[in-house]
Amino acid sequence: MYPEELRYSTEHEWARLENGRVRVGITKFAADRLSDVVFVELPPVGTEVQFMQPFGVVESVKAVSDLYAPVSGKVVEVNEALKDHPEILNQDPYGEGWLVVIEPTDLSELQKLLGRDEYLKLIGEA
Amino acid sequence: MGEPKRTPLYETHCNLGARIVEFAGWAMPLQYTSIVEEHRAVRTNAGLFDVSHMGEVEFTGPSAFETVQRLITNDLGRLRPGRALYTPMCTEEGGIVDDLIVYMVEEARFLVVVNAATTDGDYAWMKDHALPGTTVVNRSEEISLLALQGPKSLAILQELCDGELSALPRFGFLPSCRVAGYPVMVARTGYTGEDGFEIFCRPEDAPVIWGALLEVGWHAGVRPAGLGARDTLRLEAGYLLYGQDMDRTTTPLEAGLGWTVKFEKGEFIGRSALLAQREEGVKRRLVGMVTVERAIPRTGYKILKNGSPVGHVTSGSYAPTLDKNIAMGYVPIGMAEPGTHLAIEIRGRPVPAEVVKLPFYKRPA
Repeated sequence: MYPEELRYSTEHEWARLENGRVRVGITKFAADRLSDVVFVELPPVGTEVQFMQPFGVVESVKAVSDLYAPVSGKVVEVNEALKDHPEILNQDPYGEGWLVVIEPTDLSELQKLLGRDEYLKLIGEA
Repeated sequence: MGEPKRTPLYETHCNLGARIVEFAGWAMPLQYTSIVEEHRAVRTNAGLFDVSHMGEVEFTGPSAFETVQRLITNDLGRLRPGRALYTPMCTEEGGIVDDLIVYMVEEARFLVVVNAATTDGDYAWMKDHALPGTTVVNRSEEISLLALQGPKSLAILQELCDGELSALPRFGFLPSCRVAGYPVMVARTGYTGEDGFEIFCRPEDAPVIWGALLEVGWHAGVRPAGLGARDTLRLEAGYLLYGQDMDRTTTPLEAGLGWTVKFEKGEFIGRSALLAQREEGVKRRLVGMVTVERAIPRTGYKILKNGSPVGHVTSGSYAPTLDKNIAMGYVPIGMAEPGTHLAIEIRGRPVPAEVVKLPFYKRPA
């Protein structure tokens, strides 16, 4: 449910280092809390995002929530599949339901994020 | 606020894995699995809701009819025992104190269902305005309320009910019958836009009746449904939510509830103010709106006309049955015609919205 190799933000995003770039999504916990995701608003490729600043929103039937960038940098890929199939965020948050890929400006920011065990503590599942 | 109150079904909801939220001072199930799934269950099969947080006030005595008739804008004279009606209850200024369903149990006995958040205020208001010869009693603690809503609700409830339900018209009720062997009142009323029933029972019987309905109906697709689905269902059906789409600052005429204001019945609280407003014409009106983009309009968002704010959204949501985004809100009367182009400001951006006729959804005949 919470892969060991990921870094986690206190706002329930995950970050995965892939060849110097960072793939970003939301955790299983966040996906379950949201349930019924009906719309994901993501920035266009090229947008500069800041560490732990909002870069998009996810709308469920019940509420709208900000998405926070787990690392600063430039958006180089956006998951276009979410446009027509926002429900994959619920179904596969660590796989098909990824949000963006960021070209990071400061990889050390990842160290400020939580490891798996710390994140599990945060959500009360430790 | 203190600890939220619990209905007799609280444990049942927890055992079903419900996500519990606080609503109007009550710990209530928001959803069991998913709002969209529960919404669809109600539209296609049936859903079972715990609405025990709603309040019930009883009026009895020789002047009970007169008392209730004076309190409400709709006409009690249209009822006979076993029939109910929907009505606002207004202030002298015509503002809405609450919206109610009044059940005529006997000629001189009425059960009035009120909103959870307004129960105490309503009860005080009702007692203050009761005529001599009327006894007003808050029965909320003694009555639990379940709602079985959806096209299959008749068949399912009939399996457990000793009363003849198919003969009941909408807003008809059986004051005294049995469901799963327990004494109840069953009414063909609801807040979802589907055929359905509300079951008034003793709190101690609620868990068993709940369990029996789910057991009998499970194979037919009946599912427990929470407040989340209740909200999306009522919004699609164009039903107003008190405290959000109407309150003491809005009148029934502005809220599109003119059909519930019966001036010809004689005196009632708010009559002269509402009559004056009807003569002058309302300045604003509650409308339905549909937006074209995926971003969802929500409560409090600004409604714009040519870039200027003209009102705000009172209720807004993704509508699962329609697969569209819908909203309600008050706009100046000149912008209330269906087809009018407005916009709703979502995260600083105007999203085109079109005024449409309410309800958004009507069940197939």
